[in-house]
Amino acid sequence: MSKTDFIHIVDSTLRDGSHAVSHQFTAEQYAAIAGGLDAAGIEYIEVSHGDGLAGSSFNYGWAALGDEEMLKEAASAIKRAKLTVLLIPGIGTQEELKLSADYGVRAVRVATHVTEADIGEQHIGLAKKLGMEACGFLMMCHMAPPEKVLEQAKLFESYGADWIYVADSAGAMLPEDVKARVGPVVEAVKVPVGFHAHNNLTVATANAVAALEAGATFLDGCCRGLGAGAGNTQTEALVAVLDKLGYRTGVDLYKIMDVAEEIVGPAMHRPQEVTSAPLMLGYAGVYSSFLLHTYRAAERFGLDPRDILVELGRRKMVGGQEDMIIDVAYQLAHT
Amino acid sequence: MDRVKVAVIGPGNIGSDLMYKVMRSRNLEMALMAGIVDSEGIQRARSLGIRTSLEGVDAVVADDSVKIVFDATSARAHLRHAPLLKEAGKITLDLTPAAIGPYVVPSVNLSELHAEPNLNMVTCGGQATVPIVHAIRCVAGARYAEIVACIASKSAGPGTRQNIDEFTQTTARALTLVGGAKKGKAIIILNPAEPPIMMTNTVYVEVEDPDEKAIAAAVAARVKEIQEYVPGYQVRVPPIIDGHKVTTIIQVEGAGDFLPKYAGNLDIMTSAAVAAAERLAHKLLAEEVVA
Repeated sequence: MSKTDFIHIVDSTLRDGSHAVSHQFTAEQYAAIAGGLDAAGIEYIEVSHGDGLAGSSFNYGWAALGDEEMLKEAASAIKRAKLTVLLIPGIGTQEELKLSADYGVRAVRVATHVTEADIGEQHIGLAKKLGMEACGFLMMCHMAPPEKVLEQAKLFESYGADWIYVADSAGAMLPEDVKARVGPVVEAVKVPVGFHAHNNLTVATANAVAALEAGATFLDGCCRGLGAGAGNTQTEALVAVLDKLGYRTGVDLYKIMDVAEEIVGPAMHRPQEVTSAPLMLGYAGVYSSFLLHTYRAAERFGLDPRDILVELGRRKMVGGQEDMIIDVAYQLAHT
Repeated sequence: MDRVKVAVIGPGNIGSDLMYKVMRSRNLEMALMAGIVDSEGIQRARSLGIRTSLEGVDAVVADDSVKIVFDATSARAHLRHAPLLKEAGKITLDLTPAAIGPYVVPSVNLSELHAEPNLNMVTCGGQATVPIVHAIRCVAGARYAEIVACIASKSAGPGTRQNIDEFTQTTARALTLVGGAKKGKAIIILNPAEPPIMMTNTVYVEVEDPDEKAIAAAVAARVKEIQEYVPGYQVRVPPIIDGHKVTTIIQVEGAGDFLPKYAGNLDIMTSAAVAAAERLAHKLLAEEVVA
């Protein structure tokens, strides 16, 4: 706590959380959840398709609402919080980012695979021109050694990113792995550093705390622990843990609990449990968003989802390669 | 004359690979490699006995014997080169994202475009997927086409990286303009795995008429045509029909002429460009005989 005792919370229930409902949140749910998060004091509310702007597709699943509709609904309910979007270069483009600005978006997280920050330079630049806060978000950080994570974080900083995120997109890290990657970035860059966890190995909150201890000042959560794979750090639990540790977040614990229980709970399609397939994601180091697509392919080709996930991990597939689930299932079923 | 003289502008990786492919061609002659500095690529061409110049586009314009030009520089340079080459009466195959002229995908639309002075080679993902969309569209209709191209990180140069949106936008446009889908979407993924992965392309088409047999036959026939100029073009997953959605997965292994085999994304661009040049040369030579 040498640097600060205030932790910035980014709630991603309406972005990463949308994976857990196959991107089927309704207009009413976008407004109600965003309004609840805002009233509870959440600083950043991320709203996008689970795979970012323009993610709605055959490859990633069709969303019930288009980008603009969901942003409009969320924006109408937000009074104080900063409406935030995710943009994965290669999927979304600068065009969608410009459009999002019309809906009052105040921050964007530009997400690339941990070794590919340079494909996000233009998008960071545009965000700054549009007057947005821009975050460089490094995905799948478990796949790269700490020195690579550091090199790529510095690239994002050089492009003008206002904060840098280390993301454990596969939920494959243990607290020591988190410290080893977050610590050197905190030391080397001048901007704040954040951490995004997945709960595939049931250590999301422990990893968030490890990131804090290594100097991170931004943390992600989703109400009820929604999210791809086994889900993210549970926002209401994170707020409680941070409070016990003596950090301030500006979030009202009772209010965020109520949002989780009364608004997000009824919107859920299934309990967010760590069953064997999501556990396997973390164990094999596979992108968490692959989970529901893998269930579908396993059913289509008569396979055990775990076999598909292990093969995807062996092939070192990265975020966005949902199409390779079909490839792997087809090859497994035909050999 | 039984060979048409060609020039390559831009002696980088793409330009060098083009040179090797032209040197193997039956009806093209590698007449000139033009650059602006005495680079490794220029020296390589010189050591192979190819005439070289450091005068860039000016050297090409000044050589009346050159009929077909490959521009493997950058979008910005090509915007300057294109009018000069047109004025000099050359046919230019543009491998940059400038896209001044119409898109050409050899197995789909080359026969319609022979009179154009400037042809754009779309993108690697476009060359790999537009023919499949077109083949499916011809037998089943295409309300929507979506492609996911995954390439090895090592095969993506700074030009691609700094303009990643151009890839998705240009490819999506070609899916509709050349492939014939009513709507198009393109996604690109860079994968840093070692050893580098082969380029894979997933093609999703929402069809009007999901006739499984007709679609399978059309895709198989088109793949054979493409293999004539890209031998490493293979089907990984033949068309799978789910309602109106057709999913096909393609792998492209490079020929390994100059670029490594994993760079199938670059090989399919240079192979398509040389195939287009050969077709144009065939026409030029036939006209000469008639005259």
